[in-house]
Amino acid sequence: MDLSQVLETVSRSDPGMVRSHNEDAVHTNAALGFVILADGMGGYNAGEVASGMVTALLGSELEKALVRPEARLIDKDGRQSTRGLLEAEIARANSAVYQAAQSQPQYAGMGTTLVMAVFYDNRITVAHIGDSRLYRLRGEEFRQITRDHSLLQEQIDSGMLTVEQARSSQNKNLVTRAVGVDPSVEAEIHEYATLPGDIYLLCSDGLNDMVEDEEIGMTLQMLSANLQLAATQLVQMANDNGGRDNVSVILLRVRREYPAPHGLGGWLARLLAWFK
Amino acid sequence: MAKLTLSMEGMLLKEIPLVKERTTIGRKPHNDIQIDNLAISGEHAVIVTILNDAFLEDLDSTNGTNVNGQPVKKHFLQNGDVIELGKYRLRYLSEAQPHAAQADFEKTMIIRPDMLPKHAGAADAKAMMGETQAGMPAAHALSADQPPAREPAPEPPAAPLRGAIQILTGANAGKEMELTKTLSTLGKPGVQVAVITRRPHGYFITHVEGASFPAINGKVLDAQAHPLHDHDIIELSGTKMEFFLKD
Repeated sequence: MDLSQVLETVSRSDPGMVRSHNEDAVHTNAALGFVILADGMGGYNAGEVASGMVTALLGSELEKALVRPEARLIDKDGRQSTRGLLEAEIARANSAVYQAAQSQPQYAGMGTTLVMAVFYDNRITVAHIGDSRLYRLRGEEFRQITRDHSLLQEQIDSGMLTVEQARSSQNKNLVTRAVGVDPSVEAEIHEYATLPGDIYLLCSDGLNDMVEDEEIGMTLQMLSANLQLAATQLVQMANDNGGRDNVSVILLRVRREYPAPHGLGGWLARLLAWFK
Repeated sequence: MAKLTLSMEGMLLKEIPLVKERTTIGRKPHNDIQIDNLAISGEHAVIVTILNDAFLEDLDSTNGTNVNGQPVKKHFLQNGDVIELGKYRLRYLSEAQPHAAQADFEKTMIIRPDMLPKHAGAADAKAMMGETQAGMPAAHALSADQPPAREPAPEPPAAPLRGAIQILTGANAGKEMELTKTLSTLGKPGVQVAVITRRPHGYFITHVEGASFPAINGKVLDAQAHPLHDHDIIELSGTKMEFFLKD
């Protein structure tokens, strides 16, 4: 099923104002309905190796899997298992980065965050590891969907810091999970229904550390008619505020419904049509 | 490395680097910072350091602990905070890192549970800081008076630009709109919209949507952002307006 008429995607990745190279990597495929963003870390150039490996590996594996989604996304009992596909592919990507880091001294200690989303059958499946985020703009409401795997988030959760205080913490950018630093990694995976008109934002912390959530939400709302401009504007705002880190954004708009022919959504749509 | 400076009546007594996970303050000799004065409780307060952050906690002392003039039970220390214990002053100074080191540090890093002091774990943190957070908002509001000397992000110019537009034609002729926000949109959604962005070095106008593009001083724009100059005339959906800078 070709979703390129349903999903509109735009991505930008910029080194920022301070760093000499870009350790972020993005990959989008509107036709097959998936987007991937990774923020690499570690050593000289190793960060971009890790983020590049993960986006390339996941990109090519998902391309293979999603050409015939019903074969991979629906298990034999007819249930959807996008989650299963993502778990398996993230595990493989993790092993690949981990192996490279173990076997090549110049890659020792490299790793990467990951946030990715697969759109299928009127649903979005979001997987993330680390502090790269996914936000959703639905009508007036702009909210963060993923919750960082970071020291700060843990401190906020435990009541040690308020969200307000966390902004002045000196312990930013410490993630508690990353791809490729251990033999296995647990991705956090959730599924949500999408609605026509939804705009999804995936970003590296170079955006949300430099620009307040309210500003990001306002920008998306005001420029929603022009996603290209909105993406450029977000990167520019991060850079105007100092641009201390690489900044990457993926914007994705759901233009209309996209029930899968054999999926739950398609089945439901046919049933409803029959009752009309 | 963050540190404390201990002083009394304006006289600097000593500097204490915060090297330990828990730095205790009190009258009794086993404290890391011993202050031998009857106004100080045996175990008066503790500073818990988690990587680059430090938290002050009063240990139910008899005379209490003040930060910047306000009594606190628990407090997230900000650079420059002054902790008052009786006649003594402890000033908290977070590490002023050299620029390069700071930039390097801000790179995303993985932190493993075994790399953390055990109190930083979520469960322990809860036990450490307890459930009483009541004292925090007031203390925090106060510390806003003494802005923490954080690594400076390039700030907008000291006297920020104040741009505005005045509508020249149509039903709203004469109306003025100040451009104080980062983004201001002009026009009618679905028909023709342009956005004016406020940036550190000036204002820019960009076409957002609609079949026709806005014109500046009679010249039609392309899809790129276009800088706005004082007294530029913007034309959008047949309405003319003037951009100007206020002083």
